[in-house]
Amino acid sequence: MIYQDSKTLLEVRGLCATVQGVEILKGIDLTVRSGEVHALMGPNGSGKSTFAKALAGHPAYAVTGGAVLYEGKNLLELKPEERARAGVFLGFQYPIEIPGVANSQFLRLTYNTVQAQRGKDELDPLEFDDFVREKMKLLEMNPDFLDRSVNEGFSGGEKKRNEILQMALLEPRLAILDETDSGLDIDALRVVAHGVNRLATKDNAIVLVTHYQRMLNYIVPDYVHVMESGRIVKTGGKELALELERRGYDWVSVEQRAAAGAAA
Amino acid sequence: MSIVTSNSYLESLLQGRPQLPAAFSSPALAWLKQLRANAVDRVAALTVPTTRDEEWRFTDISPLTKQSFQPVRAASRLQAADVERFYLGEAATRLVFVDGVYAPQLSSVARDLGMVVSNLSAAVSAHAAAIEPHLGRHTGFQDNVFAALNTAFLHDGALIVVPRNASVAVPVHLLFIATQKEAASYPRCLLVAESGSTVTVVEDYVALQEEAYFTNAVTEIALADNARVNHIRVQRDSGRAFHIANCAVSLAHASRYQSVSVALGARISRYNLNVLLAAEGAECAIDGLALIAERQLADTHTCIDHVKPHGTSRQLHKCIVGGAAHAVFNGKINVRPGAQRTDSSQSSRNLLLTGKAHVDTKPQLEIFADDVKCAHGATVGQLDNEEVFYLKSRGLSDVAARNLLTYAFGAEIIDRIPIASLKHRLEQTVLEQTTRQP
Repeated sequence: MIYQDSKTLLEVRGLCATVQGVEILKGIDLTVRSGEVHALMGPNGSGKSTFAKALAGHPAYAVTGGAVLYEGKNLLELKPEERARAGVFLGFQYPIEIPGVANSQFLRLTYNTVQAQRGKDELDPLEFDDFVREKMKLLEMNPDFLDRSVNEGFSGGEKKRNEILQMALLEPRLAILDETDSGLDIDALRVVAHGVNRLATKDNAIVLVTHYQRMLNYIVPDYVHVMESGRIVKTGGKELALELERRGYDWVSVEQRAAAGAAA
Repeated sequence: MSIVTSNSYLESLLQGRPQLPAAFSSPALAWLKQLRANAVDRVAALTVPTTRDEEWRFTDISPLTKQSFQPVRAASRLQAADVERFYLGEAATRLVFVDGVYAPQLSSVARDLGMVVSNLSAAVSAHAAAIEPHLGRHTGFQDNVFAALNTAFLHDGALIVVPRNASVAVPVHLLFIATQKEAASYPRCLLVAESGSTVTVVEDYVALQEEAYFTNAVTEIALADNARVNHIRVQRDSGRAFHIANCAVSLAHASRYQSVSVALGARISRYNLNVLLAAEGAECAIDGLALIAERQLADTHTCIDHVKPHGTSRQLHKCIVGGAAHAVFNGKINVRPGAQRTDSSQSSRNLLLTGKAHVDTKPQLEIFADDVKCAHGATVGQLDNEEVFYLKSRGLSDVAARNLLTYAFGAEIIDRIPIASLKHRLEQTVLEQTTRQP
C-alpha cells in the first residue's frame, strides 16, 4: 500500500550486471518505498531472477555498473549475509534441499544468527519451538515439517511455504520473492499469498518477481513493472498485470520499439 | 619392501601368539586348533600387501611394518569410572575388551537376555554346536594375511547367538578400548542370528590415549532365514593407530542385514566388508562414512555378492576429507549368473574440504545375470555454491554456512544409526570436526 509518510527503502539506479561475462542487466532503475508491493514481470530471460539474485548478493552475478542504495546505504558493498542481517530477504525460486539438517535446527540457527546481529534475544530450542509453530499456522504448515530435513522431499508448494516461513521468522524490511507462485497449485497459492499479505506492514516492502498474473489476484501490487532484455520498459498500476495476462508481453515490446523509434 | 623383511615382520608378530586357553582343550574343539594351525600356515605363506597389489593400490601400509606391535597379556586394571563415558545408555548388555583382552569387570550381561552374549572362551564348550559352522568359515584367510593373522591368534572374542525367533530390542555393545602404545590386538566377533531372530549390535573401537597401536579385527555375522541384523560399527581409534578389519556377512533366505560404519580415527585404517547374499530374497543396506583430516588415510573396501535371485542391496558411502588426508572407497557389486531380479544401488559421495585432500573412489559392477536392476554412481566435489549462497542469504556467515553443509553431508549417514545416544554423540563429533573457527 502506498503511504504518505513512507520512507525510501531501495533505490536502484542504472544497475548493470553480468553472468559469466554475459551482460544480463542493462541499466535498471527502481525505487521502492516502505509499505509498497511491487510486481516485477516479464518474459523468460528478461532478467527478473538475475535482478533478484543480484540484490541478494549472489556471487555468480557481477555488478558492472550503477548503484543500489538500501536505506540510504550502499547495498553492493555488503556481503550476502550482511544484506540478510540488514533486512533484505530473497525467497528462492528453487529452495535448496539440505539432507541431514533438521528444518527446526536450520530455522533456529538462521533466526538466532539474525537476532544476535540485530542485538535481540536468541531463543533456546523450546522457546523457538513455540515461536515457530505459531508462525507455521500462518501458512497452514504441518509441524511435522520441523523434524524433516530442510526442504528434502518437500513438494514444490511445501518448499515455498517454508520460504515464506523463513520470511516470517526473519522479518525483513525488503522481501524479494522470486517466482514464489511457480509450482503451486491454486490452494497452496492462496495460502502462501495470504501468508505474505499478513506479513506486509507499513514499514516493509515486497517485490514479487513473477511471470504470471495469477498471484497478483491475491497479493495486490501497488506498482507493476515489465522487464525486457535487462531493463524495466514499462511501469503501471495493478491493472497493467491484467492487461499483460490478456494480451501477453509482445505488445509491450512493440510499444517500446515504437516509442524508441519516435524518440530517434 | 622386500618379501624377506615382510616375512620376518609377520614372524615377529606371530611370536606373540598366545596359547589356547584350557577351555579349548576338549577333543570336540580339535577343529578350532586345526583352524588356528591352518591360519599360521597361511601367514607363513603370505606377505604383507604393498601398493603393487591391486587390492592395496591406494593404501600404503608400510608404516605399519616399521613398528613392532605385540599383544598385551595382562588383564586390564581399568575400572568403570575410567571408561563409562563410552557406555551407551540404551545398551545394558556390553562386552568390553581392553587392548584385546576381555575385561569382565567392565562388561555387563544380564542373566535373562534370551540370547547368548559372552566372551568366546567362556562359551566355546557350551555353544560349540552354534559356533563350529561359522567361526572362521565366513572370513576367508587363504589370501588375506590380516584375516589369517587374526585367526592364528584366535583364543577369545565376542560371541552373540540369537536363538530362533528371538527378537532382542536392546542393542548389544561390543566395546574395544585401546590403552597402551605399541600394543597389537586381534579382536574377534562372531554373531549368529538364528532363523527369524532380530538383533542390533554396536561394534565400537575407542582409545584412551593418542598412541600408536595396531588393531586387527575380524567379525563374522551369519543370518539364518528371515533373520534381521542391525550392525553399527564405529572406529574412533587414536589418530596414530593402525586399524585393519575384515567383516564377513552371510545372508540366508529373506534375511536382512543393515549396517552403518563410521570411520573417524586411525592414522591408517582399512575396512573390508564382504556381504554374501547367499539365498533368495536376501536384503542388505550398508552405509558408511569416513570423516578424516590431517594425514589420515581411511580405506573402505566392500563387496556385495548376489548369488541367488530376488536379492536387494543398497549402499551409500560418504567421505569427508580435510587436511592432507586420503580416503579410498572400492565398492564391488557382484551379480552372479542366476541371480535374476537383483535390485542393487550404490552411491559413493565424497566431499573434499581442502586442496590437499584426496579421494580415490571406485565403484565396480560385475553383472552376469540379464534381468537385474543395478544403479551406481560416484561424485567427488567441494561444497555446492548454490547451497552456500542459500544459507548466507539467511544471514549465516560463509564459515557457518560451510560448516553446516559439511556437517549435513556426514549427518545423513549418522542419522541412519538407530541408537539415539550414539547418534547424538557422533553428530557432536562430526559437528566438532567440521567446525572451523570463523
